[in-house]
Amino acid sequence: MTQIFAYIPFKNGAAEDVALEYPDAAKKIDPSAEVTAVVAGTGADLDKVADAMTGIYKEVIKIDHAELAYPNAELVRKALLDVLPHDALILLPHDTFGMDLAPGLAVKMDSAYAADIVDFEGLDGKDLKMIRQELGGAVYTHVASDISSGAVITVRPGSFAPTEDTAAGGSVVDKSGDVKDLSAKRKFLEVVVAEVGDVDITKADVLVSIGRGIEEEENIEIAQELADAMGAVVSCSRPIVDAKWLEKSRQVGTSGQTVKPKVYMAMGISGSFQHLGGVKGNPFIVAVNKNPKAPIFQVADVGIVEDILEFMPELTEAVKGL
Amino acid sequence: MTSIIGPASYQFFGIFPAAILSFILPVVGVGLFAYIMARRLAPLVRAAPDYRLDRIGQRIIQLITLWLGQMKQPRYMLAGVLHIVIFAGFLILSIRSVSLVIIGLSDGFVMPGFGGWLGDVYNFLKDYAATFVLIACIVAGIRRGIFKPARYAVPEKYGKDHTAEAVFALGIIGTLMISESLFEASELAFAYQQTGEWHFTAPLSLVWIFTHMLTGASLNFLQGLHIFSYFLHDVTFFFFLCFLPLGKHFHVITSIFNVFFMRLDKGKIKPVRYGVSDEQLDDLESFGVKKLEDFTWKHMLDFYSCADCGRCSDQCPANAVGRPLSPRFITIKARDLMFKNYPLSGEIYKSKMLVEDIYTEDEIWSCTTCGACEEECPLAIEYINKMVDLRRGMVDEGLVPQSLQKPLKALEKRGNPYGKMEKKRADWALEKEFKADYPIKDLTKESADTLYFVDSITSYDDNIQEVARRTAMILNRAGVDFGILGKDEKDSGNEVLRFGEEMLYQDLKEQNTEAILATGVKQIVTADPHAYNALKNDYTGLPPVRHISQVVAEKITSGALSLKPCQHPEKVYVYHDPCYLGRHNGIYEDPRQALDAIDGLTRVEMEKSRDRSFCCGGGGLMLFYEPEEETRMGVLRVNMAAEAGANVIVTACPFCLVNIQDAIKVAGKEGEMEALDFTELIARHLA
Amino acid sequence: MEILVCVKRVPDTAENEFELNSAGNDLDRDDLVYSVNEWDNYAVEEAIQIVDNVGGSVTVVTVGDDESEEVLRREMAMGANNGVLLSDDAFEGSDGKGIAAILKAEVAKGKYDLILTGAQADEGAGQVGGMLSAMLDYPYASLVNKIEVVNDTTIQVGREIEGGNQEMNEIQLPCVLSIQTGINEPRYVGIRGIRKVASVDVPVKGAGDLGIDPATVGKNGAKTRRVDYFVPDLGDGAEMLEGSTEEIIEKLIEKLKAKGGL
Repeated sequence: MTQIFAYIPFKNGAAEDVALEYPDAAKKIDPSAEVTAVVAGTGADLDKVADAMTGIYKEVIKIDHAELAYPNAELVRKALLDVLPHDALILLPHDTFGMDLAPGLAVKMDSAYAADIVDFEGLDGKDLKMIRQELGGAVYTHVASDISSGAVITVRPGSFAPTEDTAAGGSVVDKSGDVKDLSAKRKFLEVVVAEVGDVDITKADVLVSIGRGIEEEENIEIAQELADAMGAVVSCSRPIVDAKWLEKSRQVGTSGQTVKPKVYMAMGISGSFQHLGGVKGNPFIVAVNKNPKAPIFQVADVGIVEDILEFMPELTEAVKGL
Repeated sequence: MTSIIGPASYQFFGIFPAAILSFILPVVGVGLFAYIMARRLAPLVRAAPDYRLDRIGQRIIQLITLWLGQMKQPRYMLAGVLHIVIFAGFLILSIRSVSLVIIGLSDGFVMPGFGGWLGDVYNFLKDYAATFVLIACIVAGIRRGIFKPARYAVPEKYGKDHTAEAVFALGIIGTLMISESLFEASELAFAYQQTGEWHFTAPLSLVWIFTHMLTGASLNFLQGLHIFSYFLHDVTFFFFLCFLPLGKHFHVITSIFNVFFMRLDKGKIKPVRYGVSDEQLDDLESFGVKKLEDFTWKHMLDFYSCADCGRCSDQCPANAVGRPLSPRFITIKARDLMFKNYPLSGEIYKSKMLVEDIYTEDEIWSCTTCGACEEECPLAIEYINKMVDLRRGMVDEGLVPQSLQKPLKALEKRGNPYGKMEKKRADWALEKEFKADYPIKDLTKESADTLYFVDSITSYDDNIQEVARRTAMILNRAGVDFGILGKDEKDSGNEVLRFGEEMLYQDLKEQNTEAILATGVKQIVTADPHAYNALKNDYTGLPPVRHISQVVAEKITSGALSLKPCQHPEKVYVYHDPCYLGRHNGIYEDPRQALDAIDGLTRVEMEKSRDRSFCCGGGGLMLFYEPEEETRMGVLRVNMAAEAGANVIVTACPFCLVNIQDAIKVAGKEGEMEALDFTELIARHLA
Repeated sequence: MEILVCVKRVPDTAENEFELNSAGNDLDRDDLVYSVNEWDNYAVEEAIQIVDNVGGSVTVVTVGDDESEEVLRREMAMGANNGVLLSDDAFEGSDGKGIAAILKAEVAKGKYDLILTGAQADEGAGQVGGMLSAMLDYPYASLVNKIEVVNDTTIQVGREIEGGNQEMNEIQLPCVLSIQTGINEPRYVGIRGIRKVASVDVPVKGAGDLGIDPATVGKNGAKTRRVDYFVPDLGDGAEMLEGSTEEIIEKLIEKLKAKGGL
C-alpha cells in the first residue's frame, strides 16, 4: 500500500480545484493507496481550508506557521521536509507554485521526481508508470519512476476527474509543532497585479479566437461573454486587428503572437496559413464557421458549421448553466 | 557726350577704384567656396568604397537624359516645368555670370567668340532666360510660400518647416536676374539718353522692360544704378555660390556628379563592401552601415544632392499608409548629420550608431523595397541599397524584431520562412486530380530543358499552391519540357538579402545555384517575381530566367498557346504591376499583352500603373513584419482599382495576391471585387 | 557579476512536425532540426544585459553530446563570454537530477553569483533549475520575468504567476533562477555571428574532470526514465458535429470538459 500525500494549495480560504482531482490521480497510482492532504499556511484561512479538506480526505495534515502567510516555496519546502516522511509519494499541482517548489523538494527528500503528469497507469513493482507530454504537447511519452525511496510528482491541473465525494468525514492533524527553523534567503515582497486589458494570450490555456465571422465591432462582446463563461481569453486573427477592433497583442498568427493553449476555439476564422502558423502546441481546436469548406476544418479536431453570431450566445448560456 | 562708366573704371567717391572690389569679391568668394567644398568633401574621403566608373557610355547617356534633359521633371508637371525653366536659365546664364565677373576688372569684356552674331544670339537668349527664370521664381515662390503643396510639409518629428530656405533661395535667384538686367538696362538707358538710339534687346524681356522704364531717369541715377546693380549681382552671385553647399541647393553643384555616378543596375543589391568578394565576407570585421562613415561616398553624395522636392515620399507606399518611414527624411536627416558632424570649422564629431542617433529600427524595417522612390527621384538618389546596408548593420548587431527572427531561423534550418519540412516542398503537385493530368518531373532524378522555380510561398501556402499548379499546367500546355527541384529547392532569398541577412542569403544562393546547375536546364521559369528578380539579378552564372508572363506572351504570339474568349465579359479587369516584375525588371507589357489576347476582356488602367505602380504591402519576409501603420497598402491599392472602375484585380505575383485578397476583405469589398493571379486567368482561358 | 547560464540543445518545436519512427517507440529523428531551447535563449540574453549594466562575465554550459557544442557557439555569438560542454558517455540517460548533479559539479569549479536556466525545455518538466539550487543550497525562483540588481549580494526578481500577475521577491546571491520567455527581446544571431566564434575554444569536461561518480548519473542513477514515445490517435480532419444546435452544444461541452476547456 502506497502512502500518498497531496499538497493542497489555496487562495483566500478556498482550496484550488486540483484538491478535488488528487483522489482520482491517487486511485490510478494505486487503488488501495491512502491519501493524506497537506495544507500549510496560517490563521483562519488555513483552518477553513483544512476543515473543507476533511470532506474529501480521511486525514488532513495542517501546518500553521506565521511565516507561511504567503506560500513562499522555499519555506513550504522546509516545512514539508520537517513534517513528511522522506519515502512519501507527494503530489503537487504543475503550476507556477508547484514548479517553484517540487524539483527542490525532490532533491531534499532524495526521492524520484516526475513533472506535469497527465495520467497514471499504475504500479509495476517499484516502478510507477505515468503519461506526460513533451515538445509542447506534440508527443506523449510513457515514463517510469522508481518510487521505492519516495517520489515528488506534479500533476497537470484539469487532467483528472474531480471527486464528487465530499463526505469523507476525515480529521485534521496539526503538525505545526514538527516545523523547526523557517528562514529563507528568498523573501516575498508583493504581488503586482496585471493591468486590466493587458492580456497575454500566449499564456492562456483556453482561447476564444475570433475572425472575420464576427462581422462587426459590437459583436466582440458576444465572444467576450463566451470567453468569460469558459474562463478563457479572447484572441483574434489579423483582420480584427487591422480593423482596430482589438489591440495587436491579441492577434494570433505568424505576424502576431504564437500561442500554445490547450483548447483553441476558432470562431469564424477561415484558418489561413499565416494564422495557423501562430497556433502551436497541438491544442484541441474547435472550429465554428458558416462555410463548410473553410480550411480550418482540415486542422480542427471538432468542426461545427454554424453562424458564430448565433452559436456563441447559445454556447455561452449552456456553459453558464453547468 | 559721355558714356556710362563701367565697374572696372568707376571710382567710389571719386577716389576708391571699384575694380579693387571687383577683384576682392571673386577672390574671397571663390576662396570661401573652395574652403567650404573641402570641408564638405571630408566625409566622402572617409566613406566606404563604391565602384562607379564602369560603363561610361551608359553614364553619359544618363547624364544627357536625366540631368541635361531633366527627363523625370515633368512627372510632376507644374514643379517640373518651373524647374526646367530655372535649370535651363542657369545653364544659359552661367556664361553671362562669368563674363560679368570679368567685366568688373575689364570694362566691356566679351567672352571669346561672343563678339559677333553668336554674341547677339546669346544675348537675345539670355535676356529671355533671365526673364523666364524670374517669372519661374515668382511662381515657385508663390506656390511654396502661399499655396504650400502638401508634399513639402515637414512632419513635426522631422524638424522645422523648410519653406523659408526655399523661398530665400528663390529670392536670391530673383535678385540675380533683376540685378543682371538692371546692370544692362541702366547702361542702355544711359546710352539712349546720350545718343537717342535704341540698342536692340529682346522684346518684353526684363532688360527691355527696365530699359524702357529708365529712359526718363537722370544720368547720375543711371550711373549709380549701373554700379549698384553690378555689385549687387557680384555679391549675390558669390554669396549664392557659398550658400549652395549649406543646404538643399547643394544639388545645383552635385547633381551632375550624382547623376553620372548613379546606380545603373535595377533590381540588384550592392555587395556588402565593394572590393570584397562573397568568399572573403567572413574576414570583414563589421557588416553594413552602422555609423555615418559606413555609407559609401556615393551614398553620401546622394545626401548632399537631395533637393528636398518630396517626390520620393509622395510616391512611397510606406509613407502613404503612415508607417514611420519617409524616404525624403532618410536623406535629409543624414545630410543634416553630415553637416553637424563635419562642421565648416572646428573638430569633426565622432559618429554614433545611426539607428539610435537619427533613425529608428522601425523606420528602416518599414521599407518594402518597392523602388517607387528611386523611380521618381529626378536626381537618381538611391534608397534600396541604403536600406539594405542599414539592415545589414542592424542584423550584425542582433537588432532584428522578434517577428522576423522566427522566419529567419526557419530559413536557416529548413530553407523556407514557415519552418515547413523540406520533403513537403513539392506537395502541391500531389493533389489527386492534378497529379493524374499533369505529372511533374523531379529534376534531381529526371532531366528537362526548363526548370520551374516555385519558391517558398507558392510551395507551402495552401492558398497559393494553386499558382504552382496553374503555372505547371500552362507550361505543359505550351509544350515546355520542364521539371522542379522539389526538396532541393530553397527559398530564393530575395527578401533575405534585402532584409540584410547576407550570410543566410549567401547560403541559400549557393544551395540553389548548385542544385540548379546540377540539373543542366537551359532556362528557368518562375511565377514569383521575387524569385525572378533574385535568380536573374542577384545570382550569377545561371541559365536565363523568365517570368511566366513572358513565356505566355511569347507562346501566344508564336501560336503555341491560344486563348478562349473571355468567360466574364461583363467584368472589368485591371492589371496591378508587381514591383519586382515592373519597376525592378521592366516587365510591363507582357502580362498586359497576354490579357489583351483574351477576346472580349475589358481592361482598364489604374492611375498609378507601370513604373508608378503602388506596392501591395511587400513580399517574402515583409509578410512577417508588422509595422505601425494607419491602413494597409493593399487597401489603398484596392481602392485605386475601384476608382479605375475595375472589379477584378489581376496580378502576377503570389505576394500581391495574398495582400490584395486580404485587403479586399479589410476594405469591405468582398463580393464586389476579386483578386486573381495571372496564371489562373490564363489557365481558365486556355483553349 | 559572474553568471552561469545552463542551456540545452532541443528539437525545434516551430520548425518540426513530430512523427514516430517505424517501431513507434521513438521520434523519427531523421528530419528533425535542433536549436537552443527557447527559454534558455531568453536566459542568455538576460545574462548579457545584466553584465552590460553591472560588469562581469557570462558563461554558458550544457550537458550533451558533441553536437550540443553548436548551441554553445550560438549563445557565445550572442555575447556569452565562455562556453563549457559537459559530455561523457556516462551522462547519457540522466534524469533531471542527474543533469542537475552534473551541473552542480561544474558550478563548484567556478565562482558564480547567479545561475540561470530556462523555465523549461523540450521535456516540459521545468526541473533542473530547482534541483540544482537545492543541491547547492542556493535560493531559487522559477518563471522569472524580471530581474533587478539591487547590490552585490541582493537582487529583486519578478515571477510570472497565474492570471498574468507578477510575484516580486528579494533574493540573496548566489542564487538560481529559471527564466520565463518574454523577459526581454533576445538579439538575433545569424550564421555570421556563429562563424565569428567558430575558433573560440570550448572546453569539454567528462565525469572524471568533474569528479563525478558515473554510477550516480546517467541511466544507472536515474530514478525516472522515459519508456517510449507515442501519439494518441487523433484522426484526420475535424470531427464534424451535426444535429440541432442543442445537440451540438451538448456534444461540444462534453469534449471541452475532457480537453480542459471548461
